[in-house]
Amino acid sequence: MIRTEFLSKSFGKLHVLKDISTEIKQGEVVAMIGPSGSGKSTFLRCLNLLEVPTRGRVYINGVDLTDPKTDVRKVRQNMGMVFQHFNLFPHKTVLENVIYGPCKVKGSPKGEATELGLKLLAQVGLADKAGAYPSRLSGGQKQRVAIARSMAMQPEIMLFDEPTSALDPEMVKEVLDVMKGLAQTGITMAIVTHEMGFAREVANRILFLEGGHIAEDAPPEIFFSTPKSERACQFLEKVL
Amino acid sequence: MTLNFFEIAFSFPEILGQSGGLTLDFSKIVPNVPFILQGIWVTLAFTLVSAIIGFSWGTVLSIFKISNIKPLKWFADFYTSLFRGTPLILQLALVYFSTPQLIGYAIPPFQAGVITFSLNSAAYTSETIRGGIMAVDRGQREAAMTLGVKYPLMMWDIILPQAFKNILPSLVNESIALLKESSLVSTVGALDLMRRGQIVAAEKFIYFEPLILVGIVYYVMVTGFTWLAEYLERRMRLSD
Ligand SMILES: Nc1ncnc2c1ncn2[C@@H]1O[C@H](COP(=O)(O)OP(=O)(O)O)[C@@H](O)[C@H]1O
Ligand SMILES: [Mg+2]
Repeated sequence: MIRTEFLSKSFGKLHVLKDISTEIKQGEVVAMIGPSGSGKSTFLRCLNLLEVPTRGRVYINGVDLTDPKTDVRKVRQNMGMVFQHFNLFPHKTVLENVIYGPCKVKGSPKGEATELGLKLLAQVGLADKAGAYPSRLSGGQKQRVAIARSMAMQPEIMLFDEPTSALDPEMVKEVLDVMKGLAQTGITMAIVTHEMGFAREVANRILFLEGGHIAEDAPPEIFFSTPKSERACQFLEKVL
Repeated sequence: MTLNFFEIAFSFPEILGQSGGLTLDFSKIVPNVPFILQGIWVTLAFTLVSAIIGFSWGTVLSIFKISNIKPLKWFADFYTSLFRGTPLILQLALVYFSTPQLIGYAIPPFQAGVITFSLNSAAYTSETIRGGIMAVDRGQREAAMTLGVKYPLMMWDIILPQAFKNILPSLVNESIALLKESSLVSTVGALDLMRRGQIVAAEKFIYFEPLILVGIVYYVMVTGFTWLAEYLERRMRLSD
């Protein structure tokens, strides 16, 4: 479970997030949408403290991440994150990427981690690429490996920051399909995306961000058919 | 040593005047050639040991430089400015001549040389390595952080391998420069290539032939290593 209280973030004079208070329940799949620059990435990155909030609090399963006494590393092990640009380790093979977390962070035995890694790679349809280096993969394949790498830590929460934005159009579907599969496992997901069809179909809830606020918070059926705010109407007109 | 060079310079006109041309008689130093060539190993060993210690210490300094701990950063910056802001030959003389005076240990020339060159090359390479670390994509660090990887492990497994790969050509060039500069240890009497040339010159009262021989050996080594480095760099780039 994720909860934020009056979460604010400024970069110098630029106030990017303004007092965001919200809650994401266990097992919820939340899609965050909104215009570019509205603070979606910053909000997501505050949830695992990649960005340190200027004010306010972030609770993960009741633990206050902004408390200096909290072991952030421990909390992060339970929260996967998938980036727009994959961020695979280029000097490690696909399988080494996937088992790095279990082996080096959790201390799992190599054999056990490998078994899990191969299983996850099979799940994302890349069992045959285990020994390849990331540079040999297409964008869609890289992103699926990145998802498998996060899942190898067996987290309860997954954060996605525009996972398909850097992909060629024909590769978007293979990644969204993997994410769809994940959503059905009951894992908590927070997804920043521009894929409206996917958000509508897969998310339980839409957060529409605008100028550092949550301008709208509604189930997809309602958000996409009868948006309340002016800005959401304009936004949807443009993207749909 | 400088005196020797003056002698050479001043004796040129005499040689030319006496014989109406440049006469070189390498046969006179033939018996001394093995003695001179043995200096290759001294020079190579000296360079290798200094480079390895220098790079290791330079890596530590580079991590100090990017550290959030201010005193470590100040120390590393001051250290670098000190070693870059004074002549190497002065540093060498200080280590060699003041160690016996200060701690009563009659430091052998080779040891004094290795210490000085390691400390000095660490100052230079720490800057190179720092640059290499900064050039590694920020996403690599974020990916490791979200997996919950500890900072030292992240540096060792993820960041440094990529940083070193980027700066390998400059590190090789710095080692080659070190090979040439290592001739300075002859000034404190280490029996390197340079010193051996000077010894033979002083014994036989002929300067040109032994010094030319030494020069050729340096040239062949430096050029050979440069080729090798270029070849390896090209291979590496192909494998990407
Ligand atoms: N590290 C940073 N330093 C300075 N400004 C930043 C930084 N990260 C984001 N911003 C600014 O914050 C605003 C929101 O960015 P972001 O959260 O990336 O928006 P979104 O993901 O919705 O497009 C933008 O104006 C961006 O330029
Ligand atoms: Mg963004």
